[in-house]
Amino acid sequence: MTPTTRGEGHPLVDAGPVYLLGLYNKDLYVDSHVFCALLSNKVEYDYFQYHPMEEISSWMSQMAKQYPDVVAIVDYGKSYENRTISLMRIGLKSDTKKKAIWMDCGIHAREWIAPAFCQYFVRQILQTYKTDAKMEAMMTNMDFYITPVLNIDGYMFSWKNSSTRLWRKNRSPGPSGDCYGTDLNRNFDANWGTIRVSSDCNSDIYPGRGPISEPEAQAVTYFVGSRKEDFLCFLTIHSYGQLLLIPYGHPDFTASNYDELMKVGEEAAEAILKVHGKTYRVGTSPAVLYPNSGSSRDWARMQDIPLTFTFELRDNGTYGFELPQEEIQPTCEEAYSGALHIITYAHDKTFNGAAATAAALWTTLLALGVHLM
Amino acid sequence: MGLRRAIVLVALMEVTWSLNVTTIGPETVSTDASAHPEPAEENTEQKEAVAAEEDVMATGELNPNHYPAQRAAKLVQHYLNARYGSPYKLFGLKEVHSGNAEEVADSGRKYQLEISVHEIISNTKEKCSAEVFFPSGAKQLSPQVQVSACEEILKLDAKSEEEALYQQYKTNKTVRTEERLPDSYGHIDPEMTPFWHLSIVASSFIMLKESTENTLYNVAQVANITQLATENDQLKFDCHVLLHEMVSQEIPQWKLLFTWSPAEGVKVLHTEQLPHVHEFEKRAKPN
Repeated sequence: MTPTTRGEGHPLVDAGPVYLLGLYNKDLYVDSHVFCALLSNKVEYDYFQYHPMEEISSWMSQMAKQYPDVVAIVDYGKSYENRTISLMRIGLKSDTKKKAIWMDCGIHAREWIAPAFCQYFVRQILQTYKTDAKMEAMMTNMDFYITPVLNIDGYMFSWKNSSTRLWRKNRSPGPSGDCYGTDLNRNFDANWGTIRVSSDCNSDIYPGRGPISEPEAQAVTYFVGSRKEDFLCFLTIHSYGQLLLIPYGHPDFTASNYDELMKVGEEAAEAILKVHGKTYRVGTSPAVLYPNSGSSRDWARMQDIPLTFTFELRDNGTYGFELPQEEIQPTCEEAYSGALHIITYAHDKTFNGAAATAAALWTTLLALGVHLM
Repeated sequence: MGLRRAIVLVALMEVTWSLNVTTIGPETVSTDASAHPEPAEENTEQKEAVAAEEDVMATGELNPNHYPAQRAAKLVQHYLNARYGSPYKLFGLKEVHSGNAEEVADSGRKYQLEISVHEIISNTKEKCSAEVFFPSGAKQLSPQVQVSACEEILKLDAKSEEEALYQQYKTNKTVRTEERLPDSYGHIDPEMTPFWHLSIVASSFIMLKESTENTLYNVAQVANITQLATENDQLKFDCHVLLHEMVSQEIPQWKLLFTWSPAEGVKVLHTEQLPHVHEFEKRAKPN
């Protein structure tokens, strides 16, 4: 599917429903603040509650409308059930070629804290770039490509009723037609099907009929693959376990920048610890958790994207996938700190080095300029 | 004169931009560029495709952050909960400090661990030493756990709350869940929380029994818990739990019949694993 862009000055006819949170007083009339807010469509979105897909889609459109020069929605694929997969491209306009950061959430349907984090991340960078020079520089030099929900069909299925809450996979039917779902994080073309997968379609780690057999995995593969030289960083957000995982999932293979990935990962874990005292363990999947193949992170690393991490957010198993809403805020705050460390590292490695070189060049240039006169 | 200067400026700018691109660093233009990454130098073993589902087990001193020590340590959590857990006492694994694994000739593998355990309700933490033994052989025997140097946390007193709950539900009230515990949003009705804890404690017997070096269990959710008639002064419960097995990512479902009293603790009478439920999948239509 050829990606199409929405937003950036295009008026949106359907801005979606507006969410009111306890804004009515006892006499059942709308408070004047709320009324004005409603008119200006600036009612506060609650980032610390879980939102169904319809609300997330509306929120995305709303953000593009509210920040037309900074946020664009890019439709880049279709789910099995033919829903549009969209990301938010966030960055400040620049005349020079920009680099990119990738973040996706919700590749596994039941990991609800992950889409919550993507939404929080977007809010944070949009709130800070106007006052934080570093964020402004990063948004000038790089675009953030953020997919709040990648596995849309699976996510919606997990909202269907209480018995579907723990669904993990997408919703494509299996070969025999009486089982559903492929584990999208086993479906990428990265040592596909070689380790820790199951050929049983009922299994929660069924990797699909073949590598990138699934439209959701195809969407990421095509979009990122066709721009891979631009990407400095690929972060994929999951839960639970409190881990920062680096490539590769297959124990026989080591990333050429393993030391760098470990160092940056450990620093990110330190940043996380400082926020609310939560320990995140760092290492390759086979060392820290279990071996696997066909993950999106491994695929991204094989595209030469240097800094690729899987985040496994809170908790450690007490609540597991049904992380209480009261924990959304602290989880997002600590994860943001960790993600920001990795992103800043990726940015500074690319841009500060060049800036220093450019400064030296301009000095030479000015000297030359004197002689040319 | 001005034009020559302009041409020099443009030429230099182009040089700057190409430098920009290559600053990503030669070290990352690496073997990863090929379709398949370089094998690690140290590991020259050829592993079969869909390799032994059993991982090659680490022996000797273990990295406490890696899965072998972590999986063994989780069993200590399940053991403590099964043995000492109650509606007001629930243990969690906080950290693994160090670990050691060794083969025990022809009978299994033994782990020695230094860990920190916390009691979740009182938020108390303590360091413990533990030994976890995974028996080998076809008979699928349960792992064995021994704990030492952990006395303080086990002496934590919740007797008055336990007694109050026991008296309340022995005669006056009956538990019957309306919602899953926790619900989809992670919420648990405060009145149901002690029964959520009890279900986890009872499930710990199963998780302990079913664990191997290739599994990591947590309770994903309590689908329902129903109180039955009190028997021999023990409160009696029937519950349906959903476990999460991390390595396979599956959600095994179990029914349990168990009793509890402050004096006797939790005793599991009967367990039954339910078949992998697919009915809802077969009937579910796309939204």
